[in-house]
Amino acid sequence: MAQRAQAAQHAAAEVHTGHPTPKTYFIVAMILSAITAVEVAIFYATWLGYGIIPVLAVLSTVKFAMVAMFYMHLRYDNRLFSSLFVGGLALAFSVVFALIGLFRFFV
Amino acid sequence: MAQAPAVPHGDAADETTTGLSHRKLLMWAFLGSDCMFFGSLIATYLVYKGKSISGPLPEDVFSIPVTSVSTFVLLMSSMSMVMAYSALTRGNIKGFRIWIMSTAIMGMTFLAFQTFEFRDFVQEGLTPRTNLFGTTFFTLTGFHGAHVTLGVIWLLSLFFYSFKRGGVTAERSLDVDLAALYWHFVDIVWIVIFTVVYLFGVFEGFN
Amino acid sequence: MTTIAFSIPRPTYPTGVWSWITTIDHKRIGILYGVTAFIMFVVGGIEALIMRVQLSSSELDIVSPEVFNQLFTMHGTTMIFLAIMPMGAAFFNFIIPLQIGARDVAFPRLNAFSYWTFLAGAIMLNFSWFLGGAPNAGWFGYAPLTGEAQNLGHGIDFWIISLQLLGIASLAAAFNFIVTILNMRAPGMTLMRMPLFTWMTLVTSFLLILAFPVITVALIELLFDRAFGTNFFVPAAGADPILWQHLFWVFGHPEVYILILPAMGIVSEILPTFSKKPLFGYPVIVLSGIIIGFMGWMVWSHHMFTVGLGPVPNAVFTLTTMAIAIPTGVKIFNWLATTWRGSIDLSTPMLFALGFIAMFTIGGISGIMHAQAASDAQQQDTYFIVAHIHYVLFGGSIFALIAGIYYWFPKFTGRMFNEKIGKIGFWLTFIGFNMTFFPMHFTGLDGMPRRIYTYADGMGWDMWSAVSTVGAFILAFSILVFLYNVVTSWIKGEPAEADPWDARTLEWSIPSPPPEYNFAEIPTVHDRDDWWSQKRRKVERPGAPVPVAGGSGYGGVEHAIHLPQPSYWPIVVSIGLLIAGYGLIYNVAVIAIGAGIGMIAVYAWSFEPVNEPEEGSAH
Repeated sequence: MAQRAQAAQHAAAEVHTGHPTPKTYFIVAMILSAITAVEVAIFYATWLGYGIIPVLAVLSTVKFAMVAMFYMHLRYDNRLFSSLFVGGLALAFSVVFALIGLFRFFV
Repeated sequence: MAQAPAVPHGDAADETTTGLSHRKLLMWAFLGSDCMFFGSLIATYLVYKGKSISGPLPEDVFSIPVTSVSTFVLLMSSMSMVMAYSALTRGNIKGFRIWIMSTAIMGMTFLAFQTFEFRDFVQEGLTPRTNLFGTTFFTLTGFHGAHVTLGVIWLLSLFFYSFKRGGVTAERSLDVDLAALYWHFVDIVWIVIFTVVYLFGVFEGFN
Repeated sequence: MTTIAFSIPRPTYPTGVWSWITTIDHKRIGILYGVTAFIMFVVGGIEALIMRVQLSSSELDIVSPEVFNQLFTMHGTTMIFLAIMPMGAAFFNFIIPLQIGARDVAFPRLNAFSYWTFLAGAIMLNFSWFLGGAPNAGWFGYAPLTGEAQNLGHGIDFWIISLQLLGIASLAAAFNFIVTILNMRAPGMTLMRMPLFTWMTLVTSFLLILAFPVITVALIELLFDRAFGTNFFVPAAGADPILWQHLFWVFGHPEVYILILPAMGIVSEILPTFSKKPLFGYPVIVLSGIIIGFMGWMVWSHHMFTVGLGPVPNAVFTLTTMAIAIPTGVKIFNWLATTWRGSIDLSTPMLFALGFIAMFTIGGISGIMHAQAASDAQQQDTYFIVAHIHYVLFGGSIFALIAGIYYWFPKFTGRMFNEKIGKIGFWLTFIGFNMTFFPMHFTGLDGMPRRIYTYADGMGWDMWSAVSTVGAFILAFSILVFLYNVVTSWIKGEPAEADPWDARTLEWSIPSPPPEYNFAEIPTVHDRDDWWSQKRRKVERPGAPVPVAGGSGYGGVEHAIHLPQPSYWPIVVSIGLLIAGYGLIYNVAVIAIGAGIGMIAVYAWSFEPVNEPEEGSAH
C-alpha cells in the first residue's frame, strides 16, 4: 500500500528530525503550568505596580512560544509554516500597538 | 492491490511543489489570518480600556483564582491533544480515543467555567450593554469561547469517527493533526487573553 | 473510506444548469465569477448614471436626497466588492492553474463555495433595494452614521451581512490560491519563474487573508451595536467612533491594493506579449509588488488626515504614503522599458494596457497630491478625491481588467473577438472616461463636496458637471460596445488557435478553450516565460509524463487523469449561510435553520471524498 509506505517514511523522517516523545510533551506541560503559577503569584505581588506588565508579558510570550514550537511542532516542521503563522502574528501585534499608540499617545 | 485507493486531495504530500500537504498549508495560513481576527478584537479591548464611564470595572468582577483554574485546564487540554496525536501516529487507536476524549472534556470544562463566569458577571450587573468594558470583554472572550466550542465539536467528531473502520488511522493522522493545530491555537490565544485581559485587568489603562 | 454518512449519489451532469451548479472546474467557476461580476458592474454603472443625471445641473430634483445617499453607497460597495474584486477572482480562477501548469486549484470544492457565497452576498446586498431601502452611509459606513439610533431600517444590516458573506467568500478563495500557487506549480517552476500575474495573485491573496479579518471584526462590532445594544461606537457610553475609521482603513487600504495588484499583474503579462520582449526588470517588478503589498499596511491613516490625529501621526502617514510612490513608480518605468524598442502590436488588449499605464499614472500623481496632509485638508471630501479614486480604480483596475478580458478571450471561449469593434470600444472608453472624471479635478479644487445630492446655482460647478455627465454616457455606451463585442464573438467569433498572440506563458501551450483536464501532460518548466522559450528553441514537448501536483492522475494517458468530481455541498453551505444571514436581520429561529443546513452540508462535504473510488478498485 502506497499510503502505508508513505506513512512509514513519515515516521522515519520524524525520528530523524528528533520529533518529540510523549515525555517531552509532558515536560512542556509541567513548565507551562509552572509559568502560569508564577504569573498568578506575580499578580498578587502588588508592590511591583506597573512593573508586573513587562514581567507578565515576557512570561506569557514564553508560554506562547513553547506551545507553538513543541505542541504545534513548528520547531520540527517546515519553515514555511512558521513564516505563515509568524507573519500573521507579527502583523497583528503591529496593528494592536499602532492602534494603542494612536489612541493613547497622540491625542 | 488493484489500484491504490483514490488519494484524498491534499493528502499526497510528496506530490506537491513544496512537499507539504495542501491542507496543512491551508491550516497554517488560516491561523495566520485568525491572528488578525483576534488582534483586532484585542486592539478594540485595549483601546477602550479604562474608558468606561460607569462600572462595574475589571477589578470589581474578575476572580483571578477561578480563571487561573480554567486557564490551567485549557493548557492541560493542549497536552492531552498532542498526546492523542502522538498515540495515533504510533498506531495506538485506543490511546488516541482516551486522549482526544479527555481533550474534549477539558474543553467543555473550560466552557462551563466561562458560562458560570459570564452568569456571575451578569448577576453583578455587567452585561455587554452596561459599559465599554462589558461590551469589549464579552465580545473578545465570547469569540474565543465560540472558537473553543467549534474545536470541541471537531474533536468529538473525530472521536466518534474513530469507531468507524478506517475512519481515523495512523495513515490519515493529518486529519487529527489539523484539529490539533486549531486546538493549540485556541489555547495560545487564551494565553494572551489571560495575561492581557485578566492579569492586566487591575490597571485602569496604560497612561 | 467509501461509505458516506450522507449517501446521496454524486452529481454527474455533463451539461445543463445542474452541471454549472455542481461544477468544481476552476474554468467554469472563473466564467461564473466573470459573468456575475460583469452584471454587477452594469448595475453599479446604472447607479452611477442616475447620480450623474441628478448632478448634471444645479438644483435638480430627479432623485430625493435619501435615494441619492443609497445610490452612492450602493455604487461604491457594488463596484469594489461585487465588480472589481470578483472580476479579479474570475482571472485567478481561470488563469492561475493554467499558468502554473496544474489541473485544478488545491481545493476545488472550496473554490465552488467561494463563488456561491459571493453570489449570496451579491443577492443580500442588492435585494435591499426592495426590502425597505438600501444602505445609505457610504461604502466606508462611518460610525456613528450607521448607529441604530441614527440609521433606522435594515439598510445597514443588509450592508453588514452582505459584506460578511463576501468576506467569507474572499477569504476562502484567498486561502485556496495561496495553497494552489505555493503547492501546485509544475515541476521546474520556481518562484522566480512564475508569471507576473501569478505573483501578483499570490501577494493579493496574502493581503486578503490578513486584511479581511479586520473588517470582519469591525462589522461584527457594528452588528452587535445595532442588534444587541452594545457600545462599540456609541459616544454616549464613552466610545470613540474614530475606532471604526481606524479598523475600516486598516482593512481598507490593503483592500485598495487588492483591487490594483491583479490589474498590475495582467498588464505585466500583456505588455511583453505585444512588445515581443521579455518583461523588463522581472525581479524588480516582483519585489515592487511585494513591497507595495507590505507598505499598504503602513498608510491607512492617510484616509483620516482631517480627523485631527495630531501632527505626529499625520506627518508619519504622509511620509509612508509618499514612500509607496517609489515601488509604484518603479513598476511604471519598468513597464515603459518593456515596450522600449519592442515591436509593438497595438491590438485591443495592448491599447487597454497602455491606457492603464497612462490613466493609472494620472491617478497616482493626484494621489501624491493628497498624500500630503496639508494639501489633503483642502481636497478631503471633494470631487478631487472622486477624480483620484476613479483614475486608479477605473483608469487603473477596470482598464486592466478589460485588457485582460480581451487578452484571454480566445483562451476563455475558444473564439476571437472583433478587433475593429474592440479598437472603437477602446477609444470610446478612453474618451468617455477622461471626459467624465478629468473635470472632477476642477470641480473638486473649486470646492465641490462629494456625496451631496445637489448644489446651488452660481457655485460655478454647472458646466464641468454637465461635461462629466455627457462623458459618463459616452463611457456607458462604450461598455455596451464592449458587451456587444464579447457576446457576439462568444457566439459566432472565429475559432481561436491555441496561441493567437504568440504569447509567453503556459496557458497558451494548450488548446483554446482548454480541455477539462487542462494539460494532457504536465509540462516541465525550464525558464521564465517557458512557453516562449520552448517555441524559440523549438524544443519538443517534454515527453515523460510527470505525476500531477496535488492532482490525481499518474501518467500522461488520458484515461488516467482523475479530475475532482462535482459536488452538491458547496452551494448548500452557501445557501445555509444566506438563510442564516437573513435570520440575523429578521428572526433568530431562521438563523438556526440556516446554520443547521450549513452544518449538515459541512459534514457531508467533509466525508465526501474528492474522487469517488473507481469501480473495481480495492479498498
